Amino acid sequence: MKYKLSIKRLASSLLLFAVISNSAPSLAELTIKVTQGSDQPTVIAVAPFVARGVSVDTDVAAIVENDLARSGIFSAIPRTDMLSLPSSKADVYYRDWRLLGADYLVTGEFNETASGRVQLNFSLFSVLGQRELWSHQVTGSTTQLRDMAHLASDKIYQQITGLRGIFSTRVAYVNAYMEQGSMLYRLLIADIDGARERLLLESAQPIMSPAWSSDGREIAYVSFETGRPAIFRQNLATAERQQLTNFAGLNSAPSWSPDGSKMALALSKDGNPEIYLLDLNSRKLTRLTRHFAIDTEPAWAPDGKHLLFTSDRGGTPQIYRLDIADKSVERITWQGTYNARPSLAPDGRTLALIHRRDTQYRIAALDLVTERIIELTDTALDESPTVAPNGAMLMYATKQGDNGVLAAVSLDAGVKYLLPARRGDVREPAWSPFPR
Amino acid sequence: MTQSTNKLALLALLGAAFLSGCATTGGSQSTTLDTDTVRTGQVAESSLEQSGTTMDEYNQLDTVFYFDFDKAILRAESRTALAAHAAQLVESPRAIRLFGHADERGSREYNIALGERRANSVKEFLVMQGVAGNLIEVISYGEERPAVFASNEESWGLNRRVELK
Repeated sequence: MKYKLSIKRLASSLLLFAVISNSAPSLAELTIKVTQGSDQPTVIAVAPFVARGVSVDTDVAAIVENDLARSGIFSAIPRTDMLSLPSSKADVYYRDWRLLGADYLVTGEFNETASGRVQLNFSLFSVLGQRELWSHQVTGSTTQLRDMAHLASDKIYQQITGLRGIFSTRVAYVNAYMEQGSMLYRLLIADIDGARERLLLESAQPIMSPAWSSDGREIAYVSFETGRPAIFRQNLATAERQQLTNFAGLNSAPSWSPDGSKMALALSKDGNPEIYLLDLNSRKLTRLTRHFAIDTEPAWAPDGKHLLFTSDRGGTPQIYRLDIADKSVERITWQGTYNARPSLAPDGRTLALIHRRDTQYRIAALDLVTERIIELTDTALDESPTVAPNGAMLMYATKQGDNGVLAAVSLDAGVKYLLPARRGDVREPAWSPFPR
Repeated sequence: MTQSTNKLALLALLGAAFLSGCATTGGSQSTTLDTDTVRTGQVAESSLEQSGTTMDEYNQLDTVFYFDFDKAILRAESRTALAAHAAQLVESPRAIRLFGHADERGSREYNIALGERRANSVKEFLVMQGVAGNLIEVISYGEERPAVFASNEESWGLNRRVELK
């Protein structure tokens, strides 16, 4: 990582509660609750954006403010406390913001372009330095205001932390609930703040293991709709889908290669689960593991040459690394009797996994160089870790009472938030790559 | 014995135990009740009429087999029931499905593999008893179709199972 986030544990539990408003209210299932934030947050003020000669029906500045606050490393100055509401450099009185304790100020204004589109011009100011640090323009249609807000958040976050922001990314997940006495399974995607939830697939049979393609345009998943597990790929824009496997036994754990040309998966057609590589163009299938134990959950290393996977060949589930070229296998987890579901951070060094301590299944991060393992969560039924494309946070599934909910934690365990569902279980989050 | 006579026998046993319990009033801590506090009740005689076909033995066999945590080894009671299933299937072969399940703890992908391992150990047992392997299909649902929706030891025990259908 280029920048080490200075985040420390916060003893008090509730920092902020933010309900994300949504322009398509009937579909919204997730809300956000930050349960732990930095104890030394950077204080930022996002002044309301001003529309000049255009009609803007979305409070874009509020979305930016919520994005930054949800990252846990910022705290926002409430609008009602603001002493002035500048929309451009000329209106900024630094003293007003210094009095409020702000480190940074964001202003923005909308204008209409010659082609009838909307342009947002936003600026970042250093209150102590008393100067404009940077400004940026983004142009889009009036239906893209939420996208423009998330892009502005990404840029502001990057200017201040040095890390690319993840507010424009999305999350895929599975929602399961009881309706009229039978289970209904839904595969959904939403913005990372839980807004704009969209349905990809609904089935009376289980749906599992959503996995993003490296270009973010497709999702692979396992569906039991045929009565047996089968792997499908589905295009997000067209909803067109294709069944990729239909072997006897398990067809599970699809994982797209970084270059998008192959998929690693687990099949038990030869008697027990083994890791295979499916070439998506030629449909050629290559068997990579050969062991009578369970081999499953392949995860790609960023180099595209290695896979991490879970195997109980040593007696308990542990993580192994496979060299695709020579098929050699090396065990890499040695602490504890249960380590599973590997998910590598983009640096290729930090491995998120499920780690059992006594009877508690927690999410942990293993540094592959120092071999130090840090528990990131302190609950008992945590699973399905998925690392954000900037490597700063991960999302996972946990339980609140008997309900499955999604939660997020920073990789140094400093920031935590929950995304509780309004109905049934939510599980198996898959964090999208950066938008192209 | 049929199931209904089993139940009647059990009821008779319980009744006898109840009566003998009432009759035992010896010991230093016996309580003498005032006649006012004693109430008697009548119990009507009841007789049942039954009709219809007798359930055949096949349907009475257990079709759900439970497993220990993180294990795929058949329990003794499962072997007894499965041996009877095997005898039936050898005598009158039919296609069956074994649905493997796991409890919710840990990784979903590992759990679906564990469910398959459990269903396979049932399959291997049936095949060893002479059932044709090509009549048996194994499908694992892992933790995706729990029998009981709760996060505690009792529910987990009921969810670690193989269902024969």
